Amino acid sequence: MTNDIAPAAARPAAGNTPPEAVLTVRDLNVVYRTDPPVHAVKDVSLTLNRGEILGLAGESGCGKSTLAYAVNRLHEWPAEVTSGSVTFHDRDGGDLDLLALRDEELRRFRWAKLSMVFQGAMSALNPVISVRAQLEDVLTTHRPGMSRQERRERCAEVLRLVGVEPRRMHSFPHELSGGMRQRVMIAMALLLDPQVMIMDEPTTALDVLVQRGILREILRLRDRLGFAVVFITHDLPLLLELSDRIAVMLRGEIVEYDTAETIHRRPRHPYTRTLLDSFPSLTGDRGAFLRTGAAARSDAPGEEDAR
Amino acid sequence: MTTLEVRDLVKDFTLRSGLRRSRLRAVHRVGFTLVPGRTVALVGASGSGKSTVARMIARLEKPTSGAITAVDSAGRRVEDPRYRDHVQMVFQDPFASLNPFHSVEHHIARPLLLHGRSRGRDETRERVAQLLERVSLPAAAVMDRRPHELSGGQRQRVAIARALAPGAQVVVADEPVSMLDVSSRLGVLNLLARLQREDDLAVLYITHDLATARHFSDDILVMNRGRVVERGPADDVILGPRHPYTQLLAAAAPDPELRGRLGSAEPEPETASDRDHLTYDHFAGRWIDVDAEGTDAAAA
Amino acid sequence: MTSVIPPDRALEESPPGTGDGTAALPPTARRRGGRRALLPTWSPKLGIGLGLVVAIALFGLIGPLFTGDPDTIRNIGLTPPSGEHLLGTTQTGQDVLAQLVHATRGSLQIGLLVGVMATALSALFGIIGGYAGGFADEAFSLFSNVMLVIPGLPLVIVISGFVPADQRGSWTIAVVLAITGWAAAARVLRAQTLSLRGRDYVAAARVAGEKPWRVICVEILPNLLPLLASQFVFSVIAAILNEAGLSFLGLGASNSSTLGTMLYFAQNGFALQREAWWWFAPPGVVIAAFGCGLALINFSLDEIINPRLREAGRRRRAAAKAGRDTERVTRSTAA
Repeated sequence: MTNDIAPAAARPAAGNTPPEAVLTVRDLNVVYRTDPPVHAVKDVSLTLNRGEILGLAGESGCGKSTLAYAVNRLHEWPAEVTSGSVTFHDRDGGDLDLLALRDEELRRFRWAKLSMVFQGAMSALNPVISVRAQLEDVLTTHRPGMSRQERRERCAEVLRLVGVEPRRMHSFPHELSGGMRQRVMIAMALLLDPQVMIMDEPTTALDVLVQRGILREILRLRDRLGFAVVFITHDLPLLLELSDRIAVMLRGEIVEYDTAETIHRRPRHPYTRTLLDSFPSLTGDRGAFLRTGAAARSDAPGEEDAR
Repeated sequence: MTTLEVRDLVKDFTLRSGLRRSRLRAVHRVGFTLVPGRTVALVGASGSGKSTVARMIARLEKPTSGAITAVDSAGRRVEDPRYRDHVQMVFQDPFASLNPFHSVEHHIARPLLLHGRSRGRDETRERVAQLLERVSLPAAAVMDRRPHELSGGQRQRVAIARALAPGAQVVVADEPVSMLDVSSRLGVLNLLARLQREDDLAVLYITHDLATARHFSDDILVMNRGRVVERGPADDVILGPRHPYTQLLAAAAPDPELRGRLGSAEPEPETASDRDHLTYDHFAGRWIDVDAEGTDAAAA
Repeated sequence: MTSVIPPDRALEESPPGTGDGTAALPPTARRRGGRRALLPTWSPKLGIGLGLVVAIALFGLIGPLFTGDPDTIRNIGLTPPSGEHLLGTTQTGQDVLAQLVHATRGSLQIGLLVGVMATALSALFGIIGGYAGGFADEAFSLFSNVMLVIPGLPLVIVISGFVPADQRGSWTIAVVLAITGWAAAARVLRAQTLSLRGRDYVAAARVAGEKPWRVICVEILPNLLPLLASQFVFSVIAAILNEAGLSFLGLGASNSSTLGTMLYFAQNGFALQREAWWWFAPPGVVIAAFGCGLALINFSLDEIINPRLREAGRRRRAAAKAGRDTERVTRSTAA
C-alpha cells in the first residue's frame, strides 16, 4: 500500500543531544530456585536512554517478564537475582543501585521513578474499589503532603492525559472496556511522573483497533512527558514500528540488541529472523508462508535490502 | 466431498440484569458457503460475532434463525447423527481444549470409536498413531503423555488430529494459533494447509489477524458487530478494502514499513456509519444491502 | 542467504521441538500429572492423618476377633483398668475395651454409609444440575438451598424421634444423616461443575459427539475427584460426630453399639460423677483422633484442589532450608 513511505528519521528520542542513560542493567542473572534450578535471565546487559522506547521481544518462557520484574525487584521467592547490577540514573543527578535498596527506600522508589503497566488490567486493578480511590491511593502513599483537592485534580489530570474522561473515575474496573482499563492502568503509572515505565504486554489482550489507540497514546505521552519505556511483547512487528531499540531474548539471553531499523532491515541472529518470518506481512509477499507449496523463505531477508 | 452452506444465520443472546431482559444480536444474517479445498477466513475484532458463527456451525449453539446445511459429495443433505462426522472444530486455546486428566491417546481414540472408524484396542491405537504422524507428532513418544507435558504447538496439533479423527470434511478453526508462541504459529497454519490439500478439506478460518487471513485463505469475510461488512477474494479485501471498517482494521495492524506513522498526528479514521448496513462484495464489485437483497447476495 | 537455522523445516510444519518453542519433550518423562496428580503429595500431615485413620480402622475391624462379647455382664462393676480388663469395666461389669472395639466398628460403619450416600446425593444434585443447566439446575439448586437452610440436628432429632425405636436400625440413622448432610457439598460441586462445563475440552467432547452422561462421567467427573474425595472425608467426619450426638441423646440406632451409645450409657451410669474416666474417655478419644486424622487427610486433599497451597508449603520448606544454609555459611565465614 504505502511501502515507499520514508523510514522515520526524526524521532524525538533520537534528538541532537547525545543519549543520556536512565537505567543501566549490567550482567544481570536471575535464577529460579526450583528443583532443578532454572536460569531464567543470563548475563543480560541493557541501557535504557532517557525518553527512549526499548522493545523487549521474545516468546513465552524466554525470561522477558522475569527480567522486567527483577529490574523493579518485584520478583518473588523462587526467583533470585544471583549477580549483576541495576542502576537507575536519576534526573536530578545521583545514581541508585536498585538491587541494594532497603525495603523502605525501594517502596519510595517504585512507582515514583519507575512504574509498571501489567498485561491483565482486570487483575491488576482491584474490582471492588473505584478507579478514583485506586488512583488516589497511590498519591496518599507516596505524596502524604498532598491535600484532598490536589489529589483529585492530579487524578483528573492523568486521566485526561490518557484520554479517559475524568468523570469516568467514579466507575469500577468492570464497568470499563478492556482498552479503557488499560488506559487507566497507564494513568496510574503516570501519576507520580516516573522517569521509566515498564510495560509488560500491555496490549496483548486487546484487539487491533484498541491496541492501535493505546500505542498512539503511549507515544504521544512519551513525546510530551519524556519518560522512557521498556515495552515487553512477543509481537515483533509491533515493536519494529513502535520502539527505538529492540532486544530479542531467547532462553534468558539477549541474542540481538540493536536499533529497530537495523533489526528490521538486517537481522543478524537466526532466531530474530525466525521471529520476523513468523509474522507474514499484511501487504507484502507471502514470504515464508507456504500455503501455495512454493518455498520462498530464503528470499525473505534479502527482499527488504533490495528496496 | 462435503460442502457447508450457511444461510441467513442470526443469533440473539438474551441478557438478564436483574429483572430486565434485553436482546443482543450477536450475529445478523451471515451467509457463506464452504467448498472442499478452499479456505474462507472470517475476520473481525473481538465481539464481532465471529466465534459465535463458529460455535453455531459446530452445533454448540443453536441459531436463532437461519440454516446451516452440510451436503455430501452425492449431493445429499447430511442429516443430524452424521453431521459431526463431517464438521469438526479446532478451538482457540489448546491449553483448555484438552482435558488435563486424559492422555493424548484418549483424546483421539474417543472420536475414532464414537464415529465407528475403528474397532478394538490394537486397531484404535494404530489409527491414533497414524493420525499423530499426520500432524507431524512422534506418535510413540506422545501417545501416552498428558496434555500438560506438551508445548502449546504440540497440543494444538493433537487438537487438529482429534478434529480429523471422525473423518471431518469441514473444519472450523477458531483462532487456532492466537494462543501459541509466535514461532510455532506458522507451523500449525502450514500443517492445516497441508492437511487441507491432502484431504480436500473445506476450512473456515476465524481470526483477528488480517495478515494470516490474507495468506492462509482464499476468501475473506470481514465481520463487524454481527454483520458481514465486506467479502471477497483475500487479496482484494486486504489490499483494496472498500468498507471503512475494513480500512480501519487494515490500518491498525502493525506494519514495520510504516515506522514513524504513530508519532505523527495521524488522523483518526472516521467510522462511517452510513455504510454500516452495507456489504461490499468484491465478487460482484458493488455495495450490497444484505437486508434488502436477501440471500442471493449471501451465497458467495 | 544461507541461514543458520534449518530454513524450511523450521517454519513449514516444524517437527516438534524446533519450531514449537520448547525443547522437544520434557526429558523428565513421567512428571506428576493426570491420574497421578490426583494423589496427594506426601507430607507429615498426610502421614499422621493416614496413620490415625488406618490404626482406628484396624482397631475396629480386627479388634472384635480378639475381645470377648461386649455384652457379657459380670459382677465386677466399675473396676479401673487392670491386667484382665485393659480399660476397666462398666457399671454392669462389661469390658470397656470390648465395647470400645465394637463401638468403633459401629461408628465407622455408619460414617462410611453416610459418607457414600451423602456424596452420591450431592454428586447427583450438584453435578447433574450444574451440567444440565436451565430448569433442572434451578430446581436442583433451589432444593439443595432449602435443604441447606433447614437446621440439620433438630431435623434429625425430629425424624429419628418420629421413627419408632424398634425400627430405628443403623440404616435408618444413616439415611437420615445422609439426607440432612449432602446439601453444602452439592453447592460446591455445582459451582465447580459450572466452571468445568464452560471449558473448551467439554465443548470439544460435545463436538466429537459424546453423549451427555459420558461427558459428565469421563470428562467432568475425573476433574472433580479430588473435590469429591474431600467432600466424602468431610461427610464421614460429620456423620460420625452427628451419630455420636444422636446416640448420646438416646435417639441413635437401637440395635447397634456405637461410640455415641457408649457415651450415652456412660452418662446414664453417672461415669463422670463416679470418676470412672476409663468409661467415657476412650470413646471420646477415639472420636477425636478419628476426626483429627480425617481432617489432616482433608488438608492434603485441599492441596490437590488448590495447588497454591502446595506451592506455599513447598516455599516455606525451601525457605527454611535456605535459611539453614545461609546460617551455616555465615557461621563458617565467621569462624
